[in-house]
Amino acid sequence: MEEAIKTAIPSSADGMSRIDGRAKVTGKAKYAAEYRPDGLAYGVLAGSTIAKGTVTAIDIARAEKAPGVLAVVTHFNSPKVPGHQKPKKPTKKAGPILVFNDNVIHYNGQPIAMVIADTYERALYAASLVKATYNKQAHDTKPPSDISMGIAPWGKDSVRGEADAWKNAPFKLEQEYVIPTEVHNPMELHAIIAKWDGADKLTVWDKTQGTQATRDDIAKAFNIPAANVQVIAKFVGGAFGSALQVWPHEIAAILGAKLVRRPVKLVLHRQDMFTSVGHRPYTWQKVGIGATADGKLVGITHEAVGQTSTYEDFAEGPINVSKGLYACPNVTTRYKLLSLNIGTPTWMRGPGEATGAFALESALDELSYQVKIDPVQLRLINYAKVDPENGKPYSSKYLDEAYKMGADQIGWENRRQEAGAVKKDGWLVGYGMGGGMFGAYRDSATVKAVMRADGTLLLQTAVTDIGPGTGTAMVLIAADIMGLPADKIKFEMGDSSLPNAPMQGGSATTATVGGAVYDACTELKQKFQKLIGNGGTDNPDYAKILSDKNLAGLDVTTQSSLGADAQNKYSMQAWSVHFTRVLVHPATGVVKIDKVVSVADSGKVISQKTARSQLIGGAIGGIGMALMEDAIIDHRYGRYVNNNFADYHVPVNADIPQMEALFVNKPDSHINAMGAKGMAEISLIGMAAAVANAVFNATGKRVRDLPITPDKLI
Amino acid sequence: MKQFQYVKASSNAGVITAISKPGTKIIAGGTNLVDLMKRGVTAPDRLVDITHLPLKSINITGKGLHIGALALNSVVAENALVVEKHPLLAMALKAGASPQLRNMATVGGNMMQRTRCTYFYDTAMPCNKRAPGTGCGAIGGINRMHAIFGTSSKCIAVHPSDMCVALAALDATVIIAGPKGQRTLQFTEFHRLPGEHPELDNHLATGEMILSVEIPDNNFAKNSYYLKVRDRQSYAFALVSVAAALDIQNGVIRGARLAMGGVAHKPWRLFEVEKSLIGKKPTEENFAQAAQLAMQGAKAYEYNAFKLKLAPATIAEALKHASGLV
Ligand SMILES: Cc1cc2nc3c(=O)[nH]c(=O)nc-3n(C[C@H](O)[C@H](O)[C@H](O)COP(=O)(O)OP(=O)(O)OC[C@H]3O[C@@H](n4cnc5c(N)ncnc54)[C@H](O)[C@@H]3O)c2cc1C
Ligand code: SF4
Repeated sequence: MEEAIKTAIPSSADGMSRIDGRAKVTGKAKYAAEYRPDGLAYGVLAGSTIAKGTVTAIDIARAEKAPGVLAVVTHFNSPKVPGHQKPKKPTKKAGPILVFNDNVIHYNGQPIAMVIADTYERALYAASLVKATYNKQAHDTKPPSDISMGIAPWGKDSVRGEADAWKNAPFKLEQEYVIPTEVHNPMELHAIIAKWDGADKLTVWDKTQGTQATRDDIAKAFNIPAANVQVIAKFVGGAFGSALQVWPHEIAAILGAKLVRRPVKLVLHRQDMFTSVGHRPYTWQKVGIGATADGKLVGITHEAVGQTSTYEDFAEGPINVSKGLYACPNVTTRYKLLSLNIGTPTWMRGPGEATGAFALESALDELSYQVKIDPVQLRLINYAKVDPENGKPYSSKYLDEAYKMGADQIGWENRRQEAGAVKKDGWLVGYGMGGGMFGAYRDSATVKAVMRADGTLLLQTAVTDIGPGTGTAMVLIAADIMGLPADKIKFEMGDSSLPNAPMQGGSATTATVGGAVYDACTELKQKFQKLIGNGGTDNPDYAKILSDKNLAGLDVTTQSSLGADAQNKYSMQAWSVHFTRVLVHPATGVVKIDKVVSVADSGKVISQKTARSQLIGGAIGGIGMALMEDAIIDHRYGRYVNNNFADYHVPVNADIPQMEALFVNKPDSHINAMGAKGMAEISLIGMAAAVANAVFNATGKRVRDLPITPDKLI
Repeated sequence: MKQFQYVKASSNAGVITAISKPGTKIIAGGTNLVDLMKRGVTAPDRLVDITHLPLKSINITGKGLHIGALALNSVVAENALVVEKHPLLAMALKAGASPQLRNMATVGGNMMQRTRCTYFYDTAMPCNKRAPGTGCGAIGGINRMHAIFGTSSKCIAVHPSDMCVALAALDATVIIAGPKGQRTLQFTEFHRLPGEHPELDNHLATGEMILSVEIPDNNFAKNSYYLKVRDRQSYAFALVSVAAALDIQNGVIRGARLAMGGVAHKPWRLFEVEKSLIGKKPTEENFAQAAQLAMQGAKAYEYNAFKLKLAPATIAEALKHASGLV
């Protein structure tokens, strides 16, 4: 195993640029909405303008007569989607939105009609002519504000040790923390082109994080064989979790294409990105935390109520961090969901954990001022050497080293423990830190590796790359094993007809698909070594061997996953810690991030450049969470009011200082041969607290409801 | 969006005839108008593209600095005469929008840009400005970005421009052409308060177009500053902004110009505060005192009460910058 790790990380890997970087910046990369099948028509959705009730009538007469219109679809006239059947067993909730299936409105902006026209502009105009009449009911969009609200998805509280033990500690605090609704808002809007190639045969270009999961869902909905559905997602312009499932607009485009007998393209508007493709749920939290005078944690109680929709439950793990991040003997967690008239939330980068880490890591910071112990020191005092939930050893953990690296790099020694003590050019200066963890997962994937006559290697698998640079990392792994230069390797992905791969999510792709690339390449190389006999050589000349043996090529298809043994024996996690230095203007409350150092302990780094981008990108997401992101509903109408990029703020270049990304870069020898764990989620988790804690250190003002906008600091 | 006709104008007279007809609108950079058309907020039948008219010049005339209505925001901000004579205007322009937008946006378009009130933008919401008589969504709604001065029971929107705040402070005038010939308006009289008719943003009459603005010479170039407080460092509208210009001689303030953005339906000139500063020394205490004067008559709504505190703080801070105290 040790041997394998060493060879698996090519030194040439350092600094290799993205294999598709050039295509992306020159516009050659084709995203879902950019294909042009013959006869392409355009779909535009019209959304409800009430948040709860039923549609009693929809006037489509004017829309139908508008120039260029091919069809106007509503639940009154929609062709039936065969897989759209009400569940046989009655459940408490209605289940996912079945588009154009019935007259029930669950949230404001829910699609109620689709216009298909010969141009986008004409479809857009006709959609504005669709007029619905409603039977309006009283809606509820007010987010949770107390643990008494909602229902517990998993039943009882989880209690480790003694319940609510923090209350008996000599030093303690209890505070409420709020994360507002955040929207994934990838730059690329959700988009689909659906083209029927026959009565039961379909090609779909789609923004998705999983070509095969999408294929299977579509096949099921339209009751056709999965083999007849091809889902293509060669490039994805960000997703952050919003493309982990099939949403109503995708079904709408497919049924529309069938109806008008032409390929149909449907691109959501930015407004729809707030309502119809999930979000990070508004979550109210309360943390009670207590410690002894020497900083040893006595107990943590972490309560959270997240919002969900009235038709589906979406549960995540904001309280997980409190169970796992520190060696604390007594941990009580309570989690509930409050059903509201909103679209169902979904996984968003660092799901749950990012929300929870804001609360826990803020509370720990508050505690550090009480016990008068440096926040880094406080964390080291409570360092978990084994998984506190189950006592299992970690497959690898070097978080203590990460703390040290980050503290050194930010200049933590310049931090003063008393708040508001440091000034520079009229600005208050503060330092803060916060960290997090996320399960290190490895799923099963299949890779086909083909050595071609000219000595170039083709790797194929159905996985998508939503931005992290998956292809680049895979090429680097293959290059090292095969002893080939990277430019002789082609990685083909983003197509459901390729060998099986899971969705890109949960920070598992590098570990999963990387593991399969590793195994496939190892096997292929061995095949060559066998061919030449004699135990082979370490650096076979593939082209020559093929030509000598009169072969057109040689290939293997290999499935690979994590052994159950490793999974049972070890707790597998990835860790991060973020350090920030912020400036706060005392008069205007403006916060400027002055420096960020993010450190990941995610095993061995496969691709330096893309890993760095990944870590920086996540940390910037955390800055957005801390300072800006807030999807606001006017509760009188149950409707979002800042549903555009001018009003819903994410960081721009001017907000982002020099970002340092550091890696412990020590292998986890149990997760896969490369020793690499995922890092997408941990890049963001903990960052919001690192900013909020620095703001407190600068000003003495503790903001517990994000985002920290200037009005909260004056 | 609704299908519309597009014509290119070849003369001012042609534009005036065209826009005298209902349903016709001027398009300049299009950075505001096209967005409004896409969202269905406005649906003209005909657009008159004026970008080929010779209204781009920036030059000195007998009356001061002349800036054509079609001069681009980015060009004005970098123009040597502007930077030398009226750095306040350059600063305000650079604080607005993004480089890409400023490369398209014109001076006339900037003056005519509509409010960013989110209810105004969403046709499913009530808004007296977009659809008179439907009510004001922002009153009783999400009004964090809204006005604290000069509001009415019909509308509490703010004018979103940064450039206009500087022009109001600098005593600029607006040259207008219409069916009855040319006329001139004080910049501070160009935009209006909502009153009973929030659908009207300014005093431009039907058939009239903006030709240029003129800024008289002044002694403020050395001591001026535009301070914009916003939720992020760029590409965000002002929570509060302040254009401050001082004429300081021998350590005493001889002249002052102050205007605020993000607080009213028009750039909010602070005549009283200006007067109070004359003869005073440029000190932190004097600035803080003067800033308090600015708040007379201010009225907050549910989510924008912070502006009552932020506005004077920003005024004082801008004055400190203008006078060189920071
Ligand atoms: C995301 C975003 C952020 C922005 N942020 C800021 C900001 O921070 N600060 C800021 O100040 N601005 C900001 N802006 C607004 C920007 O400054 C305006 O959109 C721009 O100035 C409008 O100029 P234009 O030439 O593109 O106008 P157009 O969109 O072409 O026209 C706007 C209006 O002006 C009329 N018009 C144009 N020229 C004339 C004329 N000569 N006579 C009479 N009427 C005329 C048109 O008929 C139309 O009604 C932002 C815009 C966007 C989209
Ligand atoms: S403030 Fe003015 S623009 Fe906004 S909703 Fe009210 S009337 Fe409309």
